[in-house]
Amino acid sequence: MSSFLPPLLVAVPLGIAFLIPLVARRLERLADALGSLATLSLLAIAVIMFPLRGVYRIGGWNPPVGINWVLDGLGNLMLVVVNLVSFAATLFSIRYMERYTAKPRYYSLFLLMVAGMNGVILAGDLFNLFVFLEIASVASYALVAFGGRHEELEASFKYLVLGSIGSTLVLLGIAFAYAVTGYLNMASVSTAIAGRQSSPILLLAAVFFIVGFGVKAAVVPFHPWLPDAHPSAPAPISAMLSGVLIKALGVYALSRVLFNVIGVDRAIATVLIAVGTLSMVVGVFLAVGQWDFKRLLAYHSISQMGYVVLGIGLGGYILAIGGARSSAALAMLGGLFHLANHSVFKSLLFLCSGSIEQATGTRQLKEMGGLRERMPLTRVTCTIASLSIAGVPPFNGFWSKLLIVIAAFQAGFAWLAAITILVSLVTLISFLKVLRYAFLGTLPKTLREIREAPALMSLSLVLLAVLCVGMGLLLVPAVRGLVLDPAVAALSQGLEYARVVLAGQ
Amino acid sequence: MLYTLCFALFLVGLYCVLTKKNTVKIVIGLGIMDYAVNLFLVLLGYRHGGVAPILDRSTNPVDFAARSVDPLPQALVLTAIVIGLGVTSMAIALCIRLYEKYGTFDVTQIRRLKG
Amino acid sequence: MKGMTVIVKTITRWVKVFIFLYGVYIVLTGHLTPGGGFAGGVIIACSYILLTLAYGKEFALKRLGPRTTAGLDSGGALLFLLAALLGLGYGGIFFANFLQKRFPGREFQLASAGIIPIANIAIGLKVGASLFLIFIILSILRIVLDEKGQQSMVQHWPEGKGEE
Repeated sequence: MSSFLPPLLVAVPLGIAFLIPLVARRLERLADALGSLATLSLLAIAVIMFPLRGVYRIGGWNPPVGINWVLDGLGNLMLVVVNLVSFAATLFSIRYMERYTAKPRYYSLFLLMVAGMNGVILAGDLFNLFVFLEIASVASYALVAFGGRHEELEASFKYLVLGSIGSTLVLLGIAFAYAVTGYLNMASVSTAIAGRQSSPILLLAAVFFIVGFGVKAAVVPFHPWLPDAHPSAPAPISAMLSGVLIKALGVYALSRVLFNVIGVDRAIATVLIAVGTLSMVVGVFLAVGQWDFKRLLAYHSISQMGYVVLGIGLGGYILAIGGARSSAALAMLGGLFHLANHSVFKSLLFLCSGSIEQATGTRQLKEMGGLRERMPLTRVTCTIASLSIAGVPPFNGFWSKLLIVIAAFQAGFAWLAAITILVSLVTLISFLKVLRYAFLGTLPKTLREIREAPALMSLSLVLLAVLCVGMGLLLVPAVRGLVLDPAVAALSQGLEYARVVLAGQ
Repeated sequence: MLYTLCFALFLVGLYCVLTKKNTVKIVIGLGIMDYAVNLFLVLLGYRHGGVAPILDRSTNPVDFAARSVDPLPQALVLTAIVIGLGVTSMAIALCIRLYEKYGTFDVTQIRRLKG
Repeated sequence: MKGMTVIVKTITRWVKVFIFLYGVYIVLTGHLTPGGGFAGGVIIACSYILLTLAYGKEFALKRLGPRTTAGLDSGGALLFLLAALLGLGYGGIFFANFLQKRFPGREFQLASAGIIPIANIAIGLKVGASLFLIFIILSILRIVLDEKGQQSMVQHWPEGKGEE
């Protein structure tokens, strides 16, 4: 590929992350400017790169000798989503992080995390995937503990131990794949595996990948770190963690490895469907009873990740049993669209919680009330996001959930569709509770003096809210063909990925 | 045979993470798990009667490729060891700060987040 | 941290230079012999850690302060990135070994293999500085008892150095 843009997605955040300690040690404004400039340019590059497809060979070495980066429909969609949410979070943190004393270091860690995520999405080589996975994970462990309060440290330690076990299992899976095939390049591994019948070592490798990436994606039963880590982190970091990290490191990497490298058969797809359904149900029922706003949002993240895994697993199952390709495509479309939607509305919800916390100083729903009078902008954006996540038309959440339900019906799993609708209803209930306790009701006396969030924070809230409303338009067939269908095609072509990559050098 | 020893080491590390109560011992367990996987990776590249994969002026490249041990896992393990170093140093820093805040290294006492 | 006995101090004074030199050797011949940036960087850091252990924090931090170390750390990473981006600029693709194309040295010489020795030097710098910085940061915390008999942890920087 002749474009010079793909390496910039990793080089720019890395460069600025290491430049900030050199030049902007104490100058917070300069660090703000550098950080925002970095994420804005990343967003621009991701959008410009969107129609590109192909293989980028690092160093000029051909695979399988060299490491390569692969750009396809799924990767480009994830890149745009990740960089968009990073930009919104950076805008938000310009004002929100003023209460912390080491803001330039925050930007360094943040940009390292973004560089890691971009690298995971671009990676076409298993070990390169692992290295970028670790970069992003270690940066996120440090960011969760950023405030230094006791709950943040405790949450970060739990996150570190569980995340580390997950990464070690991923490395073990990579070792097994290498042991069987002798290659590390995803396309070469895939070609080598396709030739032989399934051996127990490959099955073991698939299990390790599912568990390892499942820990990163926080699906049940690997979720215990998430309800502690996401609330304790500062609000823009929670938005990044919930909005993009568990997707890029968890669900995206899992689907890339399972669909394009190992190949999904009935057993693996059944596991995905089971895990997805379990996450949906467990997440939402644990969420309803929460009174801490951010903890409630964290449990909902588990539930919504279940939706995505369910959609993708359903698509894989239909393909594996030889069913209609159109229903498989529909299921995967629902899953991937929900992935993009969830990034937008969940990060918007966490940023709203951040703005509420900035104004009122609390995260407990029982201590809030009547915020509609003093914080109208936050109220409107929070309402939009809540209706999106609950699946109310015409917001974006409705469309993606509808697609998953239709696909479940078409595949003959009417009970799955029923569970999905039930979970949507419970989500609606819990968000109605949030809206009622936070915004309606009477303003407590202690909160009479609060003001609306500062302009920059509100700007990022508005940006994401507009996207929530507008993303329903992505299903219009002309736009869908540009944006979502290539992503679905990239997953559903399954093992053809190898041929495309190896031919396109 | 050696591979099962690697797995035994991995399980020792996992046992350490799961059952020990001291945070530092948990970090040591994580390190043991990491090193077990690294050891497994290096052992994958072994070839009986092989030579170390270092070229110098006197070796014949073709002959060498057939006789040396596989250098690729060694490069992987080099990177994986440094990654393990980064995670361990982060974890130890967290242990120290946890001691500062909670006054103990005992994991069962560090449990203020519930639900 | 007052340092150790006279015997240890004397031997350290003679030995640390050789350790440092050995580390630099491993970094520089990374493309010819085993080692390279990571291993050499660790040995370079070890020479400074030995200095700290034998002589005490104050002495070592006067020799190589935390701000300089952090600067070397970031500088190493930026040098690595610069080498990769120059490959993009001159060689057309990220990380291309453009020096090998332009100035190919004879094989097995010290000045061969293009960009690889530069990458090794950058990584050695970064890993060495990082490890020393981690050691310093983790060792400046100490527990003190205040008037009420409560234990607390404070950062004990040697006087004369800044907060970072």
